[in-house]
Amino acid sequence: MITSRKISTRAGSINVFEGGEGPDLLFLHAAGGVSADNPFLKALAQSYHVRAPQLPGYGESDDSDNIHDMLEVTLHTFDVLEKLGMSRPLLVGHSLGGMIAAEMAAIAPNDVDRMALICPAGLWLDAHPVPDIFTLMPREFPEYMFHDAEAGKAMMAGAQGGNMNDPAFLIPFLVNNSRQLGMAGKFLFPIPERGLKDRMYRIKARTVLVWGASDRLFPAPYAHAWKEGIAGSALVIIPEAGHMVPLEKTEATLAAIGRLR
Amino acid sequence: MKFTWFNLMPWPHLPDDFRETNRSVWVDIDQALFDPVKCHDVYNDYLDLLEYADQLGFDGVGINEHHQNGYGLMPSPNIMAASLARRTSKAAVVVLGNSIALYNPPLRVAEEFAMLDIMTGGRFVGGFPVGTSMDTNFCYGTIPGLTREKYAEAHELIIRAWTEKTPFAFNGRYTKLRHVNIWPNVLQTPHPPIHIPGGGSVETYDFCVDNTYSYSYLSFSGYLRAKALMDGYWRRVAEREVDNSPYRAGFAQTVFVAETDEEAERLYSEYAFYFYNRCLHVYPGFADAPGYRTIKTIQTGALNQYMRPTYTNMTWKDLVEGGHVIAGSPETVRQRFEELIKSLRVGNIFLLMHVGNMPKALCQYSTKLFAEKVMPHLQDMWPEWKEDGRFWCKPLAQRAIPAPLPVATPDMVPAQ
Repeated sequence: MITSRKISTRAGSINVFEGGEGPDLLFLHAAGGVSADNPFLKALAQSYHVRAPQLPGYGESDDSDNIHDMLEVTLHTFDVLEKLGMSRPLLVGHSLGGMIAAEMAAIAPNDVDRMALICPAGLWLDAHPVPDIFTLMPREFPEYMFHDAEAGKAMMAGAQGGNMNDPAFLIPFLVNNSRQLGMAGKFLFPIPERGLKDRMYRIKARTVLVWGASDRLFPAPYAHAWKEGIAGSALVIIPEAGHMVPLEKTEATLAAIGRLR
Repeated sequence: MKFTWFNLMPWPHLPDDFRETNRSVWVDIDQALFDPVKCHDVYNDYLDLLEYADQLGFDGVGINEHHQNGYGLMPSPNIMAASLARRTSKAAVVVLGNSIALYNPPLRVAEEFAMLDIMTGGRFVGGFPVGTSMDTNFCYGTIPGLTREKYAEAHELIIRAWTEKTPFAFNGRYTKLRHVNIWPNVLQTPHPPIHIPGGGSVETYDFCVDNTYSYSYLSFSGYLRAKALMDGYWRRVAEREVDNSPYRAGFAQTVFVAETDEEAERLYSEYAFYFYNRCLHVYPGFADAPGYRTIKTIQTGALNQYMRPTYTNMTWKDLVEGGHVIAGSPETVRQRFEELIKSLRVGNIFLLMHVGNMPKALCQYSTKLFAEKVMPHLQDMWPEWKEDGRFWCKPLAQRAIPAPLPVATPDMVPAQ
């Protein structure tokens, strides 16, 4: 059972999903956001006391003009932790969320002791330029995000299943897209790299990297670059999964995170 | 009325199968389609045309800024304006404009516009577009969700640089300067008139009212489709309780003039199709980076990549009847312009008279007919606002004249 509540931060009112019992876990969502019925969130709540804040601009969280850059969103996330009364939870971040978690661990290495980064954003390899997600049309997302694009289409149906020529569908779709990716763009546009490579040497957290073997957004060389960048980190590559590995291979993702218990 | 002869400067050598073999005319257009030797001639022809418009008595000659764009060969319109400053003498040089969020520091725009204002002797009108998402976000890397904040800061800096009389410090988020003191500074007071190209962002209406700037709708889809947007602008002007001078608004319109309506179709349709089919072939993923438009604007249902007209199957008749282009005999064109000017309530017209791959001589033919047989009948359409000089330049009465080019004579050769 996932519930939600609001907390007040400098960046405005933030919506936090919460559920489950067990060790504290803070889940940081990807650029696509997270909702109460997210199957991965529900699965985490089977074993952990999960809190999943929505970034400003996402869902019920306020829009925020106070967040401009990576440092501000990182400090904002520490503010959220503080408001939730959480101390050194297990940090789990997917994609953009993984980028924020890693930044937290680099900025305050003594305050983050365990984290699972699921195909995080944040590095750039000239030899392997990542696709520009800001130019993708909704119908193009599944092939980049999922190992099984057809199954992915079905999973994303709610997000892209409407008629783009119908203003009643289109306008709310565009508003949502603009709020969410407008905020995510502050950290990901035009190149999803904000200098973490120069700071990641500071990370002390025990780190598990979780990667879908057929991730087409951040392909395998990124997994290895992260592993090299974080001393002592473990890399778990999950077969037959793409960038949406938490949805495509939920059990395997949970097992990888379980290494940190 | 103020008629500005405007040139987008399109690349005229896109192949016939451009649409089929390329995904976009903008942002990632194929380098192999560009030829700098051909561009040398293209630039020369386009500047010739703008200079011709000056000779024929148009109120302004207009240019704009685009990047990585097959229908706009002017990453820096200021370079074209500098050339026009010397080779035109009467028309305003209208730079519509510089995307001020893209310059680092944006003070560069204050400086270059000041230089142009002085070089032209005050024959200068400037513009501050936010810039399209293609230019601003995808070509120049500005973060979409921060574009408007960056623009607002740049605007404040430029206006202060033009109007404050002593050096000042500027502590912005995007620009920090300890000693702002541009030198040379603008000729016109308090600064050159500013036109703001807009595409339906409601915030832009207020910005124009607040600053006494003219709102310009630079659409390619013609005056009939522009009515709803311009009505929205005028409603806002009324709500703000300021005067409704038609010079508060401008509109861009594609236009072709011939002796008869039939001749117009025969002479020009090929070039109209080139423009609407090839030049406007933009990959939809480049049209609106998420965060570029404000939520308020999206909620008004402003045009976006999903709802633009598709030109691929349009006939000449469709283009003309839909008002996308105004074309025909001088009388036909005059009538339709009268309708445009009245229905949109605009005092500034930006005439898109060079279209697509139109040859220079043909464009001169159309331009001359407009200047001689259409424009004179439209010039006094807003007699009650004749004295409204707030939105147009104020040139010096006595302006310097470029000397004839010196002829080399034997006595000019240095002694051996």
